[in-house]
Order: sequence, then C-alpha cells, then structure tokens
Amino acid sequence: MPPAIQSLRFRLTKRFGAKTVLDDFALEVQGREFVTFLGPSGCGKSTALNLLAGLLEPTEGEIWLDGARIDPLPPEARGFGMVFQNYALFPHLSVFHNVAFGLELRRVPRAEIEARAGRVLALVQLSGLEHRYPAQLSGGQQQRVAIARALVVEPRVLLLDEPLSNLDAKLRLEMRGEIKRLHAALGLTAIYVTHDQAEALSLSDRVVVLRDGRVMQAGSPADIHDRPENLFVADFMGYRNLFPITVTTGGAAGRVVGSAGALTLAGRAPRPLASGARGVAAVRPEDLALTSESTGTNVLKGRVRLTEYLGREHDLEVELDSGHTIKARVAEPVAVGTAVGLRVAPERVVMLPAEGGA
Amino acid sequence: MRIALPLLPSVLYLLALFVYPFCYGVVASLQPRGTVGFSLGNYLAFFLDPWQARTLWVTASIAVPNTLLTVLLAVVVAYPMRRGIRFERTITTLLVLPIALGTVLVAEGINGFYGPKGWLNQLLLAAGIADPTRLTHNYTGVMIALFVQHFPFCFLMLLGYISGIDPALEQSARVLGARPWQVFRRVMWPLIAPGVAIAAALVFVMNFGVFPSAVLVGQPAGETRTVAIAAYQAAFERYDMPMASAIAVVMGGCQLAGLAVILFFRQRMSATGVATVGAGKR
Repeated sequence: MPPAIQSLRFRLTKRFGAKTVLDDFALEVQGREFVTFLGPSGCGKSTALNLLAGLLEPTEGEIWLDGARIDPLPPEARGFGMVFQNYALFPHLSVFHNVAFGLELRRVPRAEIEARAGRVLALVQLSGLEHRYPAQLSGGQQQRVAIARALVVEPRVLLLDEPLSNLDAKLRLEMRGEIKRLHAALGLTAIYVTHDQAEALSLSDRVVVLRDGRVMQAGSPADIHDRPENLFVADFMGYRNLFPITVTTGGAAGRVVGSAGALTLAGRAPRPLASGARGVAAVRPEDLALTSESTGTNVLKGRVRLTEYLGREHDLEVELDSGHTIKARVAEPVAVGTAVGLRVAPERVVMLPAEGGA
Repeated sequence: MRIALPLLPSVLYLLALFVYPFCYGVVASLQPRGTVGFSLGNYLAFFLDPWQARTLWVTASIAVPNTLLTVLLAVVVAYPMRRGIRFERTITTLLVLPIALGTVLVAEGINGFYGPKGWLNQLLLAAGIADPTRLTHNYTGVMIALFVQHFPFCFLMLLGYISGIDPALEQSARVLGARPWQVFRRVMWPLIAPGVAIAAALVFVMNFGVFPSAVLVGQPAGETRTVAIAAYQAAFERYDMPMASAIAVVMGGCQLAGLAVILFFRQRMSATGVATVGAGKR
C-alpha cells in the first residue's frame, strides 16, 4: 500500500432543482480514519459519497485531498475505490478480470497484475475462484470480489455505499468483521455510508449523523451512542423513550431535573437547559432495570402491559402510574399485568431541548 | 398432454397461417408452370438469368449497408440517452412517428422533401447550388426510406436494452479509472453487443424483403430492382406462381443465411463469456 493520505477535506452543497439534498456539508477526514455517514434514507449520505467519488457534480463546494483540489477531476482521475450496494461486478468478466480491471486501465504489467490480484483475492479469501463469473458466486462472495476490486488499485480513499445491506444477517456480521480487519491491516482511509447504527458504531472511528442534508452530530461512536446532542440523534440511536418534560431544576451542562405531570426524571443535559424550559427526557430501554425499591431518584412504578421475548432479554412495555408508557429491556422474564419498579441511572437519562430549540 | 392443450389454438393458428402456406409455396416452386412432376427448373431459371439473379446482389447491396448504418446510428443516438435526457418523450415520439405512418406515407414524404421538386432541392437551388444530387427514385432514395422506417424501431429496441444495464456498472468502471470511451469499450459494449446483434438481425430481414420503398422511391426497373420486386413481377405480371414461389424461397433462404451469420457471431461472443448475461441481469 502506498503511504496513507494526510487528509480529505470537503465542503459540499448539492441541489436537485429546488430540493437541497446536501446543505453545506463540511468535514475533514484524517488519513487512516474510518468515517461513517449515518442516517435514514434521503438524508443525503449517498449523495455525499457520490460527490466525493465524482459521480455527481456539487452545486457548490470544494474537495481537497492533501492540499490538492480534486472536485474538478472526473471520477477516473481521483484514485479512489468504491464498493457499491449491489456490488456492481462486471457480469461479463471473470472474478480475476473484475479484479484486474483497474490495474489494466493503469497499464500495470501483466505479471504484476497477476501477483497483485492474487494477493488481494487471498486477502478476501477468494483464492481459487478466479475463473468464476459473478453469476456463479454467492452474495457474500460477490461482495468480497467488489471489495477486492476496489482495494487492488490501492485507493487513496475507499468509499463504501451500504455494502452490507444486501446480505443476510449472519453474513452481514461476518463481512462487517472482514471490513474492520481489512481497514486495520491495510491502514485504509475509508468513508462508509449506512443507515444501520450498529454497523456505524462497530466500524467507525468517527460517525457523522445526517438528516435532510445537514449534519446533526459528528463524533466518536461512544459520543453518538451515549451523548446524543439532539432529539433526532437520540431517536435514531435507539433512545426509544422520549418524554416531553418541563425543566424544574436547571443548571449548566450538569444535572437537570424535569417533570411531566407525575413523572419526574433526573438526567444530564449536553447543552444548558434553564429552569422552566421545555425539553425531552430520552431513555434507552436497555438502561432501565427492574428494582424492588419503591422510592428514590428515577424509580418508576407501573404495570407490565406487553412482553416480547428476545432470547437473552425481554422487552417490556410498562404503563407507569403517571400515565406514561415506557419501554424497557430487562434480563428477567416478567408476566403481563405484574406491578414492577424500574430504575434508570441519572447519567443515562439525556435531557434534550425540545425540537425546534435543537 | 396437459401442456399441449393450451398450446392448441396457437399451433393451429401457426399451421393454418404460416406452415401450410409456406409448405405450399415450397412445393409449388418445385412444380414449374407447364410441366408435370417435380424439378428444380424454376431455381435454375432464376439463377441462370442474369436479370433475375442480379436482384440478389441489388437487394444485398441495399440491405447490408443499410443494416449496418441503421444499427450504428441507433447505438450512437441511444447510448447517450441511456440515463434519460431532456425532452426525451418528445424526441422518442418524433422518432416513433414513421412506424405509425406506414411505408407509403413515408415514401410520399420522402418524395415530397428529397424529390426533384422537393423542399430540399428548392432550398439548394435558392442557395445557388444549381445541380444538386438526385436523391429519389434511385439507390439513395431507397436507403433513405429504409433508414427512416427502420431506425426508430432499432433505436427503441437498443435504448431499452442499453438503459436496462445497471448504472452502477458504469459508475464503478469510472471510479476504477476508466474514461468514458473505455467504459463503453470494456463494459458497456460487451453487455449491449448481444442486443445489437438481435437488432441487426431483425433490421436485416426487414431490409432484405424491401418492396414498397423500392418501388415508390427507388428505380424498380433498374438499380433498385430487389428480389421482392422480381417475385411480384413473376406473380402478378407474368402470373407464374411457381416461379414467384421459387423467388420467394430464395429470398427467404438469403434472409435465413443473414440471420445465421449474425447469430453465429453473437454465439461466438457468448462462447468467450461476453454474452452470457443479458442487460441488467446478474
């Protein structure tokens, strides 16, 4: 592999007609970094990737790679690799020729093509399948060919557009590990697009959450997971309990107490919330635990309405005495109709400004 | 037998309207007028008469170049339109119009536009070009007419074929370092070539049977006297049905030979892995 890039820096806006798909999206990706664009469909993440690849032209903006401006360059001159959601293997070429494609275009000598293609096919564990055609491969094998084909040209940046979304659950986990291993082993600079938060968390050094073409939050997976800065990120990252509250005890970025009727929750606010402000208390089902205590901070009492067996855990829907419904994921089985107490640690309750103030 | 029953109507239809007349024609061609029993007399007469045999060469010299031209231009026009362009619907409608109008109307239009007193000539005369090339009632006229009739059909067929190819193939080729021409040559052409071969085969067969255009905008007594005209004259001027049948069989044989050549090349491409997959399929 050639020396890694220093940085990829961009600021991009893309409009299709009157619709702004990407609104001044700016980021600097460091060399060897694994960055994920995470968001629901239509958030602009794939558009951003296509702009970086040169497959779309930005309406406004620039892309800089190690001090050279590359946005005027056509895709073939950028030296990137790209893995597509549907793999996009050339159906008329064998595995070997698919992988050799980029090297042939670069006029690499035949012997070197064979050596490099052989090496990269071994890396993705496809040795021996060189003469197969894409139609003769399983989905997972096709995915490996697609990755090998992108890696063999030693791309300066590897772009991956939802590469795992066409695979079944088991294979997806396996290929996720594979991508992680390749990234670590080869020191790749990678930009990965997905709508799957688990993929984003497990693979990335940094996650950028997008919505309607804007960055909602960017940070380490732990930041995004534990410290969402707004309702959208909280909701997207699995904070399934969102209670609109009024702040009773506000303060700086520290502890905040809020209430909604008879429900009182203590939590921490990533951004200052003043007393009397309207906010939302966000709680993950996983952060709730059954408790036998009947009073105390963040002890909630109610009755189980619905249970779902998940194998290792049980999802409960509990109607609280305050009238609210809360979702909890607990280790013990609980029968429907049982009166239960639930507790959540205050540092696991995120107090966010109500939407609009975000 | 369970499979056979639903097929019965179409089999009867084919037998009555295609197989029987075809066999009847072949048998008739082997019974020259005024003779008893079977002989190859009609075929010998056709091939030994230079005036008749020449029609094969005349037809081929129209059909082959016209097929190549039509298919080539259809590819050239359809390829850039594969991802959709502005006014596509309008352009497509204009292109399809000749199919809807029918051969005779198109021929009339060509006479009106390209003819000696047509708009084009008047324009050229007004521009001071005193003696413009004659464009109708000769070889050129037939070429124009056939192109106008067959291009839309060929274009639409290829546009469907080309736009059916997954755009991600092209995009991945670009990112891997292929310039637009290399994308065409290394990725798109191998994938569309089988479709181009089929389009060429159909256009060739239609071209080889050319009749109305050869009469209306050609020179049916001379340089555009095609096989179909020879068959027509045998049937309806000399009332020699057996001879006409023989000429028709010869024409059909030539069309089949053309098809065989085109399909042979298509097959050879698939033998090398090129045509193993159709558009958009993986």
